[in-house]
Amino acid sequence: MAILINENTRIIVQGFTGKIGTFHAQEMIDYGSNVVGGVTPGKGGQTHLGLPVFNTVKEAVDQVGAEASIVFVPPAFAADSIMEAADAGIKYCVSITDGIPTQDMMTVKNFLRRFPKEERMLLAGPNCAGTISPGRAMLGIMPGHIYIRGNVGVVGRSGTLGYEAADQMRLLGIGISTSVGIGGDPITGSSHRDILERLEQDPETKVALMIGEIGGPQEVEAGRFAKENMTKPLVAYIAGLTAPEGRRMGHAGAIISSAGESAAEKVAILKELGVTICPTPSLMGQTVAEVLAKM
Amino acid sequence: MNIHEYQAKEILAEYGVKIAEGGLAYSVVEAVQRAREIDGDVWVVKAQIHSGARGKAGGIKVCRTHNEVEQAAEALLGKNLVTHQTGPAGKICSRLYIEAGTSIAKEMYLSFMIDRSSERIIMVGSAQGGMEIEKLAETNPEAIIKIYIEPAVGLQDFQARKMAFALNIDSAQLNHAVKTIKGCYRALRDLDANVLEINPLVLTTNNEIVALDAKMAFDENALFRRHKIAELRDNTQVDNREVAAAEAGLSYVGLDGDIGCMINGAGLAMATMDMIKLAGGEPANFLDVGGGASAERTEKAFRLVLADAGVKAMLVNIFAGINRCDWIAEGVVHAVKNIDMKIPLVVRLSGTNVEEGRRIIADSGLPIITADTLADAAEKVVRARNEVVAREA
Repeated sequence: MAILINENTRIIVQGFTGKIGTFHAQEMIDYGSNVVGGVTPGKGGQTHLGLPVFNTVKEAVDQVGAEASIVFVPPAFAADSIMEAADAGIKYCVSITDGIPTQDMMTVKNFLRRFPKEERMLLAGPNCAGTISPGRAMLGIMPGHIYIRGNVGVVGRSGTLGYEAADQMRLLGIGISTSVGIGGDPITGSSHRDILERLEQDPETKVALMIGEIGGPQEVEAGRFAKENMTKPLVAYIAGLTAPEGRRMGHAGAIISSAGESAAEKVAILKELGVTICPTPSLMGQTVAEVLAKM
Repeated sequence: MNIHEYQAKEILAEYGVKIAEGGLAYSVVEAVQRAREIDGDVWVVKAQIHSGARGKAGGIKVCRTHNEVEQAAEALLGKNLVTHQTGPAGKICSRLYIEAGTSIAKEMYLSFMIDRSSERIIMVGSAQGGMEIEKLAETNPEAIIKIYIEPAVGLQDFQARKMAFALNIDSAQLNHAVKTIKGCYRALRDLDANVLEINPLVLTTNNEIVALDAKMAFDENALFRRHKIAELRDNTQVDNREVAAAEAGLSYVGLDGDIGCMINGAGLAMATMDMIKLAGGEPANFLDVGGGASAERTEKAFRLVLADAGVKAMLVNIFAGINRCDWIAEGVVHAVKNIDMKIPLVVRLSGTNVEEGRRIIADSGLPIITADTLADAAEKVVRARNEVVAREA
């Protein structure tokens, strides 16, 4: 098992023939992901990296049975590509693209809500490193070799901080069931909570690690969900203790906008909800190891 | 991206929102000239800086003669104004907005913003304007009304009427209020603004609804399609280092500490800064070099960090994913040699090709301190900083 993707998931790349799309498609293929083609409007019928190129996502779904997609389309056109994937019947979409206008994401979320929940595409990102089920499939841009297979489910906003966590765990011999990047933008396809719901259902996952940041209500919502609905322990780290109020720290999402959204406040609320907090970012692996040891 | 009050008012006027008569001045002479052009016997001289709470900082002066306008302009132009939103450095005032005095019967609050929780636009209003809305939200939350707007259908008339009634607008002014509220919403939507705030929105003694102040902030990611808005950027209102960083494609935020940082990825950067603080230090900046840290980019980032004369030690923390540690190491060695660095440097590399990266640093012969883990790196840079400070003392 694993959530969202495995070795059989049929993957397409949107923005396949571009420089970035090409590079990462090759990396994913080398990792062992089941990439079955890609979409570049106007280049349908061509072959790229030995795989078919389609004009539309619908063609890819109909002809090669695409189930998951990864979006490398430039920010001005990315929202459109995500909605096209949802319309075509893609089940899981990862948007790597950084810099999508917030109002475009508002439109995307509005569009997705039109579908009944059981038919609705799950979107992760934008502005994320992607999803990996170690040893099975990579739908993202992460360095695959730092992830080993195991029982910890990971959800986080940041790419490199997620790598840091995976690396700390690897050095302690702890593996990952699935790691999902949800991105740092103000409006994201999936929340921490959306991913925790799936990790809770996954028989392979024993512990969940949430890597959050200052700003937004998501981490606290996830903590409440964990307290009420999760049987598995939740470990969390919240970055941004030193971030001054009201300043933007690269991620548009990392804006302190209202009460309860600073790192210190989030940590206090999560502790109260029974979440195990990593006291420092260098102890993410260690904290997970301690929780696993108690099980 | 923030814009000035006068720019926001020009935009709102185009969307049918009534504003007081006013004009822009870059000099004392111009300020008096603007006042002469505006009928009446009261003028308000308003410092144009990217900050709220200007009144408390002395940035808004009510004048009853042209002579007073002259004195107010002299007092404000070229001055740094410090408000609780600007930080201790303050913001320079190089433009004034001279506005006709408004006879106020009632002050209200109206704003629109993108709400992260509901993923919709939220309209917020209160019949008690003028004061800080955050304080009102704490002391009297019932005095604030929030209306969520469905993006697909937009703001409906009934919602605008609901807001107008909540603001205690008389029936006689209802249509004008609805027009004002809808105009604000359209401005936010049409121009990719994140926030639009009118505080106060006033009812004048002549029964007109006027936006007495206006704040707008725009989505940087949407400026590619909002060329006219992009032109409103005023770099005098932004930290010089942040301007230089933006030009180099780097994400930089200046802070008050003395340990310079260069890190890839916003989350890892925040986590590293947290580690520095936990180790007893204070970061001088947030700097995300992003994914493609080439030698050229690395050198630019170094120069940016070191341009802050207060920096006493520097930490580089790179987790190479798409990057490779050997490329980063070469970039760091190149930058240190080119810049002739005088302060201690701690480098922590991790990820792809880490051994080669460490070897390049070790073989360079440069006095670079290396670290294996995040904790190790933070401790070493704080120790190096403390040694520098001890030597200086």
